[in-house]
Amino acid sequence: MVNYYHSSDLLRFTTAGSVDVGKSTLIGRLLYDSKSIFDDQLKALENTSQRKGLDHVDLSLLTDGLKDEREQGITIDVAYRYFSTPKRKFIVADTPGHIQYTRNMVTGASTANMALILIDARKGVIEQTKRHSFIASLLQIPHVLVCVNKMDLVDYSQQVFDDIVNAYRDFASKLDIKDFHFIPISALNGDNVVNRSENMGWYQGGTLLYTLESVEVSNDHNHLDARFPVQTVIRPHGTEQHDFRGYAGRLASGILRVGDEITVLPSGLSSKVKAIYNPDKCIETAFAPQSLTIELEDDIDVSRGDMIARKNNRPEVGHDIDAMICWLGNNPTQAGAKYTIRHTSNESKAMVKELVYKIDIQTLPRLENESVLNTNDIARIKLRTTTPILYDSYRRNRVTGSFILIEEGTNDTVAAGMII
Amino acid sequence: MKYRLSHLEELESESIYVIREAFAQFENPCILFSGGKDSIVVTHLAVKAFAPAKIPFPLMHIDTGHNFQETLDFRDNLVKKMGARLVVGYVQDSIDQGRVAEETGPNASRNRAQSVTLLDTIEANKFDAALGGARRDEEKARAKERFFSHRDEFGQWNPKHQRPELWNLFNGKKQIGEHFRVFPISNWTELDIWQYILKENIELPSLYFAHQRDCVKRGDIILSYSPLLTLRPGEHVEEMFIRFRTLGDLTISGAIASTATTLEEVIMEVAIADQAERGNRADDQGSESSMEDRKREGYF
Repeated sequence: MVNYYHSSDLLRFTTAGSVDVGKSTLIGRLLYDSKSIFDDQLKALENTSQRKGLDHVDLSLLTDGLKDEREQGITIDVAYRYFSTPKRKFIVADTPGHIQYTRNMVTGASTANMALILIDARKGVIEQTKRHSFIASLLQIPHVLVCVNKMDLVDYSQQVFDDIVNAYRDFASKLDIKDFHFIPISALNGDNVVNRSENMGWYQGGTLLYTLESVEVSNDHNHLDARFPVQTVIRPHGTEQHDFRGYAGRLASGILRVGDEITVLPSGLSSKVKAIYNPDKCIETAFAPQSLTIELEDDIDVSRGDMIARKNNRPEVGHDIDAMICWLGNNPTQAGAKYTIRHTSNESKAMVKELVYKIDIQTLPRLENESVLNTNDIARIKLRTTTPILYDSYRRNRVTGSFILIEEGTNDTVAAGMII
Repeated sequence: MKYRLSHLEELESESIYVIREAFAQFENPCILFSGGKDSIVVTHLAVKAFAPAKIPFPLMHIDTGHNFQETLDFRDNLVKKMGARLVVGYVQDSIDQGRVAEETGPNASRNRAQSVTLLDTIEANKFDAALGGARRDEEKARAKERFFSHRDEFGQWNPKHQRPELWNLFNGKKQIGEHFRVFPISNWTELDIWQYILKENIELPSLYFAHQRDCVKRGDIILSYSPLLTLRPGEHVEEMFIRFRTLGDLTISGAIASTATTLEEVIMEVAIADQAERGNRADDQGSESSMEDRKREGYF
């Protein structure tokens, strides 16, 4: 019987792995084994595999979207994939392993609840594994799932798996990751992907799909600090609702209830929540990440870029920000450069005041006395903005702690920032 | 109390956030309305996003002249009910003005020609953003789309030079003459759309439900018979019980044999379908990169 409303929840995960670690094959396997590939797509895949002279259906071909990618046999850009099981719907940000890997992985990681990191069982923990894990930690992805792939090529050896797990734990102790899982798999043969492997009786944990289905994600949202960045003001012009003045936005974190005493920032004016609409129906209690329209008791000045918070739990307000950034732009940057900063629904000008240190993500030490940031560099900087920013630390709040920088002239998004 | 959203609630919240962001960041946005279920859902979400105020976007429809009458009637009805403004661009006008040549031959359609009309209509109305119902699960070129997708001054998409899209921070900055396509339901799948239509009780054109119709079988594809369709040797018109899974032009929308006359029955069919949604769209069958090529030119 089909469950028409299918009220499952949503898990967003990102995949990372170096070239040839079998990432595309794994995603193809998940889609295939969870029956998310249609017959006609499979037939097209068989034809292409045959044309390429392969004797098996190459599931990795499923994830190449653009002509150049198919021609060059590489993945250029983040691609999003979808599949669902009766328990959960999944959104996969599939990020390429080589070209522009940092930029793409940061993009994929920014919206993910979970990072799926692939390790080749023959190679163990390598530099790229460390880079990917570092980015997962930097972007504060709550759950990391380490898949040791190609177990078929190491005779499904428990020793090999245990050694890799230990080596990874050693390295990861330096990172800031809360929740780990390790699974030995063979994406090519399907061992422990959707179906339990008969070749690894020594492994007692769940399969990859089971783990994806059962990781608890509802606690990933910050439910403590009510933060409501105002996107726009809703004022109907008809005579019927002439007095209606609603503030539209998406609750970034926390809980808001009708009657709550609130403060609007940066003005500091106070009022009470009169009504909450989600987004058009009246509700009593709202929680992140609902899109809402809020009415206040008092007629005070509120506009886009303002933030509504509880009277006794407010975000930081300031012009000077310390942040980790990942430089995405093609043009380098240095102290003194000016950009547009976009933070929640707010926009302002910002200047790079100081480049504090750069991180070599191969080996993790801090490189001080660096004066220029290039594409894919990760660094700690100091920024000064022209108007105050209403923020929390990224570690506490992924929504009010993140920002992007936009280059004047090209209008390109050139940096992803995480406030310290 | 558990503070947890179902997947449909989370998708709805995300889409409404994107629609409000488009409203706030652009001066003159419109909704690209095709009369298909996806653009109907986008319109429904836009109405919710600004309630109790009226929907702040006009609907733009590109009339290829090869539309199903049911689609046009539905469109006019909906616009009237919402009190929204309707802007129509006619492919026939583009052909008459010599902006585009009518395709000839047995597979002729106006699918590709409508990109020209679309871009001309965007320019003539000075729209700086067009909200569309494209979904990433539909097609592999669309899997690489952003929520805020930049178009250059020629209306073209450059998939190799897209702005990275981080968190939910959208960058809608542009030069004069450029515009954006905004895709609020990027993360929805076909099944999500149907479940949401049921949950919200959204009205759809009757074409989506099984009905009796004069059809022509062409290869694996079932097409609706109309004077626009030239029968080939061996083909004949037959009465069939069908419904449409996607709606495009009369000449390219393949139907499927179906007995699903209610939403519940349609969802059941979608949930167990073994063919891709656009599998019987003649416009996607040209080559492996049909969609990518058309998108680069400005197609929706």
